[in-house]
Amino acid sequence: MTDVNSMTGGMGRRLYGPRGWTVLGLCCIAVFVVMPILNLAVPAESPFHVSAYWVTLFGKVMCYAIVAVAMDLVWGYAGILSLGHGLFFALGGYSFGMYLMRQIGSDGQYRQPMPDFMVFLDWKEFPWQWWNSDSFLWCAMLVVVVPGLLAYVFGYFAFRSRVKGVYLSIITQALTFAAMLLFFRNATGFGGNNGFTDFRRILDIPIATPQTRMTLFAITGATLIGTLLLARWLTTSRFGRVLAAIRDAEQRVMFCGYDTVHYKLFVWTLSAVICGIAGALYVPQVGIINPGEMSPANSIEIAIWVAVGGRGTLIGPILGAGLVNGAKSFFTQAFPEYWLYALGLIFILVTLFLPQGVMGLMKKKT
Amino acid sequence: MSDNANTSNESGGYGRVSTGGLDTTHGVVLYLEDISVSFDGFKALNKLSLSIDIGELRCVIGPNGAGKTTMMDVITGKTRPDEGTVFFGQTIDLTKMSEAEISTVGVGRKFQKPTIFEHHSVFENLELAMKADKKVRSTLFSKLSSAQMDSIAETLKTIRLGDNADRVAGLLSHGQKQWLEIGMLLMQEPRLLLLDEPVAGMSDEETERTGELFLSLAGKHSLVVVEHDMAFVEKIGRKITVLHEGSVLAEGSMGEVQNDPKVIEVYLGR
Ligand SMILES: Nc1ncnc2c1ncn2[C@@H]1O[C@H](COP(=O)(O)OP(=O)(O)O)[C@@H](O)[C@H]1O
Ligand SMILES: [Mg+2]
Repeated sequence: MTDVNSMTGGMGRRLYGPRGWTVLGLCCIAVFVVMPILNLAVPAESPFHVSAYWVTLFGKVMCYAIVAVAMDLVWGYAGILSLGHGLFFALGGYSFGMYLMRQIGSDGQYRQPMPDFMVFLDWKEFPWQWWNSDSFLWCAMLVVVVPGLLAYVFGYFAFRSRVKGVYLSIITQALTFAAMLLFFRNATGFGGNNGFTDFRRILDIPIATPQTRMTLFAITGATLIGTLLLARWLTTSRFGRVLAAIRDAEQRVMFCGYDTVHYKLFVWTLSAVICGIAGALYVPQVGIINPGEMSPANSIEIAIWVAVGGRGTLIGPILGAGLVNGAKSFFTQAFPEYWLYALGLIFILVTLFLPQGVMGLMKKKT
Repeated sequence: MSDNANTSNESGGYGRVSTGGLDTTHGVVLYLEDISVSFDGFKALNKLSLSIDIGELRCVIGPNGAGKTTMMDVITGKTRPDEGTVFFGQTIDLTKMSEAEISTVGVGRKFQKPTIFEHHSVFENLELAMKADKKVRSTLFSKLSSAQMDSIAETLKTIRLGDNADRVAGLLSHGQKQWLEIGMLLMQEPRLLLLDEPVAGMSDEETERTGELFLSLAGKHSLVVVEHDMAFVEKIGRKITVLHEGSVLAEGSMGEVQNDPKVIEVYLGR
């Protein structure tokens, strides 16, 4: 896992070598040039046309890939296995979803200015959680602050009390489960088990047009690339080396004079914020957010993407998110009832035969 | 990300170079008084008192389970004593500080089992241990200065790992790992070094060189060496403390200790 570029000297810090930047450049072209052309400019009859279905699917998978990179920062580098990262993703999604609900205006089924579920529950005014929710900037701020604050407070107590390993994983799993139960309740004020859906507009622009869809897709692509570069910058700094040292021998790090709680708290909170942003990008593209996103299985799946791709490699988790979700799309269409078994099998096989995931496989070959 | 409120004035410059403020007016660098530690009723340390002078090289011996490692745990903040105080210099009470703070004020520790960062290179191991600002913000942006590069290079030479700088530490031999950990201690520029069985698993030649290194460090630093290897202790030890059942059984030169009837009975005479 040691990285040759960042190792010796450390005077100049290179994020990637020439080959890495080339690949990254090609990805940028694919996302910002090729996809828009194939979707918007190439006519629908052409075999080269990429349909809305694929744009949305790729956009969705890129959101997952952002989460996978965030997960790799805490698990692959700092050694903290979170089984609750789906919660941060969902909180970002709900935060932005509130804004999208307000943007429906009076175009809902009940033709009322309040969201349909509130009308249905016979609520006369917005509950406090919805304060200022018609403001884009306010909700965008919540996307960052809500997951970040929850992660900070949770992490503060967990890391200070030196909760680690399996115990921490179980607590994070319990946290997302508890949140799911909370969000299932109508009284919580977020649409109960139906969540939010039927979005119409974003910044007063209709949401279901090819142009809006492609714009969201491109923003997601830019966010993914930005997240990757940020994560790479972090992990090639001395900070990143301290993180990896905490993963391998935390006690030694403390005896070297580092307050490891601050390190873990920083990367943990950052990771949660990134997940929140991914969730906010996910909701307008997929068109729905409900408490199912907080189910324990979702968070476990995030860990599987990272394990499949290869922990501590950043690129690997992106591939892992793509591969697992590709397999998922295939299975849920071909044999829907077997997907969870297939996922379990993938996880077992990777754990047994590919401890470094797909990236380990590629390294072996070259 | 503020400093711990418990930090004494001496360590107010937490994370910065601040060991110059250590008050050692009475010539004592470390003073343990009536330390007791019990694990589920079993007394691992029993009213242990000990003092180490500035620049001293002290050897601590004692049978397995005597409490030597536990004593180091107490000094470095890993274990909190049930009773007693540990003073570093005249004014710093180590029992009220965290592991990181204790390290920052100038106490370095080598573990019984070599603990280095196995996935990092030898160079990176030394870089991480180096005396520097260890707050999150600084490690994000820090670059090695040429003075720091020099100090790493010098340590590499001292621990004879110059040719292995870029090697992954996990691939080193056992003896080399021990040396790397000693090198990490040196990078911290500590006032006091605690070394728990530093020559375990080393070849005779490596042991010899380690002894020379420790002798050269004494004076500049204070050292406490826990060791089983009597030949090694005899070579480097000026003053020896014998620990038994959690307290000091005898103290003095090798000759004095060897002839002490209590020591012969419990330790050497078996
Ligand atoms: N964390 C612990 N829990 C319970 N007993 C312990 C613990 N640490 C040490 N001990 C016990 O305390 C005694 C002293 O141990 P230690 O300090 O490791 O001895 P030494 O290093 O002199 O061989 C031993 O009997 C050991 O079993
Ligand atoms: Mg011991």
